[in-house]
Amino acid sequence: MASLRYEKRIKASADVVWSVVTRPESIPEWFPGIVSCSVEGTTRVVTTASGMEIPEEIICNDSLQRRFAYRITAPAYTFHFASIDVIDLGDNDSLCVYATTAEPDTLALLIGGATVGALLEIQRIAESRAKI
Amino acid sequence: MGRKILFITTDQQRYDTLGVNGGELARTPVLDRLAAQGIRYERCQPTSVVCMPSRASMLTGQFPSTHGAWMNGVALAIDAPSVAGSLHDLGYATALIGKAHFEPFMDLFGRFAENSLASLGIPTIEQPWFDGRRGVHRGFDYLEFATHGVMGPLHYAKWMQAQHPEALDGFYPVVDGELNVNAAGGGDTGAPQVKFNDVPREWYHTDWVADRTIEWLNTQDDGDDWFCWMSFPDPHHPWDPPASERGRVDWRDVPLPANYPEEARLRESLLDQKARHWRAWYDGRVVSNYEAPKKWVPATLTADQVREVNALNAVEVELIDEAIGRVLKTLERKGWDDDVDVIFTTDHGELQGDFGLLFKGPYHVDGLMRLPLIWRPAPSAKTAPSVVRAPVSLVSLAATFLMVAGENAPEWVEGAVLPQNDEDARARSIDATVTEWDSELFGVGVHVRSVVTQDYLYTEYLPGTMHDGSEGELYDLADDPLQRVNRFGDSRYADVRSTLSERLRDHANRPGERATPGVLVAPV
Repeated sequence: MASLRYEKRIKASADVVWSVVTRPESIPEWFPGIVSCSVEGTTRVVTTASGMEIPEEIICNDSLQRRFAYRITAPAYTFHFASIDVIDLGDNDSLCVYATTAEPDTLALLIGGATVGALLEIQRIAESRAKI
Repeated sequence: MGRKILFITTDQQRYDTLGVNGGELARTPVLDRLAAQGIRYERCQPTSVVCMPSRASMLTGQFPSTHGAWMNGVALAIDAPSVAGSLHDLGYATALIGKAHFEPFMDLFGRFAENSLASLGIPTIEQPWFDGRRGVHRGFDYLEFATHGVMGPLHYAKWMQAQHPEALDGFYPVVDGELNVNAAGGGDTGAPQVKFNDVPREWYHTDWVADRTIEWLNTQDDGDDWFCWMSFPDPHHPWDPPASERGRVDWRDVPLPANYPEEARLRESLLDQKARHWRAWYDGRVVSNYEAPKKWVPATLTADQVREVNALNAVEVELIDEAIGRVLKTLERKGWDDDVDVIFTTDHGELQGDFGLLFKGPYHVDGLMRLPLIWRPAPSAKTAPSVVRAPVSLVSLAATFLMVAGENAPEWVEGAVLPQNDEDARARSIDATVTEWDSELFGVGVHVRSVVTQDYLYTEYLPGTMHDGSEGELYDLADDPLQRVNRFGDSRYADVRSTLSERLRDHANRPGERATPGVLVAPV
């Protein structure tokens, strides 16, 4: 089991950052390499640029805590849990934390590593929305 | 019209695997002849002993601590400097055929260009350059990729999957079901990463790389300047050459390496002289990096397994030599040979049984750090053949390519042009090279800096999860060429240690702009 955590300080309010990530169907807009997805209830299936379909279960989408959590249910994963937390740091200032815990370890690194790019996109979108 | 450049690399090849360097297993007449015609380097060091940082140094002319791709799994920034880009600007046609590995292979989301080009069906794409322009991918206007296996999205794998699906199962599965480097054994001895492969020789990636290089050369006109990086994935493990070629070297006849004492007690006493992570890995207590199979314990390695690995490695080295011979014949047939510089090297070495170990990691000894390097300048340049004993580094390749093209190295290049003989090295004070290691994987952090001179190999272990900053290794290359006796704590070597430590401080404090270190996003 491996656990990784990345974070990004963003010049936008927590509400603006949360608006980027809270819609489950918005993931292709901010996760590089995910080109499309379908959402039905708490089930989301994302399709990657390499053509792979990855099924996920959404566990938590809590606007009060600004916390989104999901797990990949594909059989290749013995375990997977990911969370995105948006933390209010004050006026036009927030912290977005993307954590991944998974087994096998290598898959944790592959998924967790990709969240680095996702955080950059979340930052870009949120900061551009904050300027409007 | 200028001088054309054929840059040939292999992957994970030891210095002593070439006949001209004293190797006795593989026959390498083509490379031996090139060495006789040109410049052979007796102590060439990599900037890193793993693929991605080392290859990034070849392309950028920078150390990993400058270009930022500090470990496998850390992509070289897409806008990093590139000598291929500089040559492209000079009017050179630029190609890379074979193994690139500036971007991670493991790419679940298909984010990296290296992994998408074959699917896109185009030879290159445009991306941002370091100077703000957009240009072809990393300066190469033609790219065809291969790596060690037949799975995945690269050109060779796709060609095999489409054209020869019946041969796919012959290859060793490089990773296991958990995507770790596979520990499964095969062959006659059960050695890890060994498999008898029924693939016909002409479908194997060594011949494919040469075939595709010849095909690209055939698209060039007589007056064209070109830079072609022909990059063989072998003799990197897995050791699964075409079975038809196995008879070239019978492992039962292979002598054990000089640095493999057959008695375990002796091997272990050598390991115990070194920094603590050596013995910890050997005993199976720690795997500090992804490049060695997670489920393999070096202490289980047998003498026969070492023999079989060395035999198959030698077969792969021979196939590469013959493939290079075919490409050189193409140049001769076209009447171009007189104006072509040929440079041959590899990215790093392989332990191949030394101290009872295989594969690679933070172990800075000759098995991993002393590399074959041959530069056969274009005969039209009338450079006298020579043997260079001064230590040189792969970081010098970019400046050397530009010199061949008649251009001075730009400011971002850290390495000096390779010396053409020892007098040249002395005149330019080329007398030491540095190799870096930084790994941080699943809670294990190892940070190493080594400096090599003609006389010594000196290593410092910086603070990490394995070391507290007080450990090191010092080998006297004159009386201990196998690096068995660690003199780091020997008071008679205090002055040497102090001088070499100062060289490492100088390296750490060297002037110049550093890229922000990249983020580890994949194991490899």
